[in-house]
Amino acid sequence: MKIMNCPLNGPRNISEFAYGGDVRPIPADDAEPKAWADYLYMKSNQPGIAVEWWIHVPTSYWFMAERDLRTDEILATYPPKLPATGTAS
Amino acid sequence: MPLALLKHGLFGRFQTPKRQIPAPRPLAKSYDVVIIGGGGHGLAAAYYLAKNYGIRKVAVLDKGYIGGGNTARNTAIIRANYLTPEGVLFYKESMELWETLSQDLDFNIMYSQRGHFTLAHTDAAIRTMRWRAEVNKQLGVQSEVIGLDEIAKIEPTLNLSRDVRYPILGALWHPVGSTARHDAVAWGYAQRAAEMGVEIHQLTDVTGFEITGNRITGVKTNRGDIACGKVLQAVAGNTSVVSAMAGLRLPIRTVPLQACVSQPLKRFLDTIIVSGSLHCYIWQSQRGELVMGGAVDPYPLYGTRSTLDFKEGLQAHILELFPFLAEVRMMRQWAGMADMTPDFAPVMGKTHLDNYYIDAGWGTWGFKATPVCGKRMAECVATDVTPELISTFVWDRFSRFDQLGEAGAASVGH
Ligand SMILES: Cc1cc2nc3c(=O)[nH]c(=O)nc-3n(C[C@H](O)[C@H](O)[C@H](O)COP(=O)(O)OP(=O)(O)OC[C@H]3O[C@@H](n4cnc5c(N)ncnc54)[C@H](O)[C@@H]3O)c2cc1C
Repeated sequence: MKIMNCPLNGPRNISEFAYGGDVRPIPADDAEPKAWADYLYMKSNQPGIAVEWWIHVPTSYWFMAERDLRTDEILATYPPKLPATGTAS
Repeated sequence: MPLALLKHGLFGRFQTPKRQIPAPRPLAKSYDVVIIGGGGHGLAAAYYLAKNYGIRKVAVLDKGYIGGGNTARNTAIIRANYLTPEGVLFYKESMELWETLSQDLDFNIMYSQRGHFTLAHTDAAIRTMRWRAEVNKQLGVQSEVIGLDEIAKIEPTLNLSRDVRYPILGALWHPVGSTARHDAVAWGYAQRAAEMGVEIHQLTDVTGFEITGNRITGVKTNRGDIACGKVLQAVAGNTSVVSAMAGLRLPIRTVPLQACVSQPLKRFLDTIIVSGSLHCYIWQSQRGELVMGGAVDPYPLYGTRSTLDFKEGLQAHILELFPFLAEVRMMRQWAGMADMTPDFAPVMGKTHLDNYYIDAGWGTWGFKATPVCGKRMAECVATDVTPELISTFVWDRFSRFDQLGEAGAASVGH
């Protein structure tokens, strides 16, 4: 099985993880509904390197991963950098 | 017949068969309509543009070969028993077109009505099915919830024992559920469109647009640039890549969907069987192969690799339904890139640019929509008015929190 390296638990089967979407800046609390809709639904979805949220399900640990969407290669995983600094996508 | 065969065998001259689509030629300088994507959807749109509206200066561009995308990869299930009234009406029109498509195209697409079961293993599933059945019946689509006795009569080999992890409680029965030969659909539309003057250009990759004001004025390809009156894109898994060229962001993620077939077996399964709770579906092709699939992969990817995890999960569930298949071997496996929307409904119609039209968000459920999409997108492009039937599928419904909510009927049962 494909292995993902959890920053907290080390290398684990990919089936222990769940995908949590792209890392992108959260709109301000008083942002327009359109900005929230964009944040929730619109995707850049380009075949390149994406910065993503993932969770290690058994330990409920959220972290970030850089993954190549063309090859499924996981390039890096690290503890979450807050506030989220990923590319807006 | 044998006599005719003998006569032709001995005296007939060998004739090279007619080409189905004309030999490749250089791109023209300009077309009235450029269609990006030579899958079933793009080719059907070209056919109806020429046939219903007399618009023949049309080019269909595909970066690979026609029908080589999800059109060649789907598991060919056709049905209309969706959940939302908008969805049901739309797929119902598609079913009507399917029924006469072989005759209309004079091309055998092997349309075969088999009957379609959606199995319920929980009370919650039964509830959604009653809801679906009522919406369906109200709109004139055959659909009803049936119990174990009736299921056993129609599909006697299905395991209805309570000795499994998720016993079957009932099913939504859709007698008109069907399958068709997916490649033939692309070839049939392509051949008839080409006969009316549509140009089909394979190995022609669209790499960018020339945009002037609110219009696309040119399409850039690896074989040169062309001018265009209107542009329709129908590129399935590559939707976001092409729409980004036009500056359009969409609520779409590209996620692989896998499928497989078994070795051929003597016929035992007449219907199409889908289980949302078990994440699997199965039917038996005319060649005797069992066609099997499930839900999309757990995360996005621009790739068509197959995984062992998928097959293990799928087969574990299939064996609950048909335990006697345990020794049967798998013959082929593959995947396609599904353009998934958050509400499991498509994105169709006009866009933010005046002459740019989109047919996308077909995810795991768009094969059955091929004829109706072709017909209605052709209408939209030709008249520049969004047909009522597809108006709720507009791309910007999400910015108004106006989603369609088709997940109950589309997430596993493609
Ligand atoms: C495994 C699997 C099972 C499925 N099962 C079912 C089912 O049972 N029932 C059902 O209704 N649906 C099913 N689907 C969904 C269905 O296959 C698709 O929704 C449908 O085929 C989409 O058709 P299309 O013509 O839009 O796309 P495609 O057939 O994918 O055609 C798009 C074309 O665009 C071309 N293209 C892409 N980018 C460019 C570019 N830049 N320039 C030029 N050309 C480009 C591609 O080469 C491709 O040929 C399934 C899908 C998969 C993957």
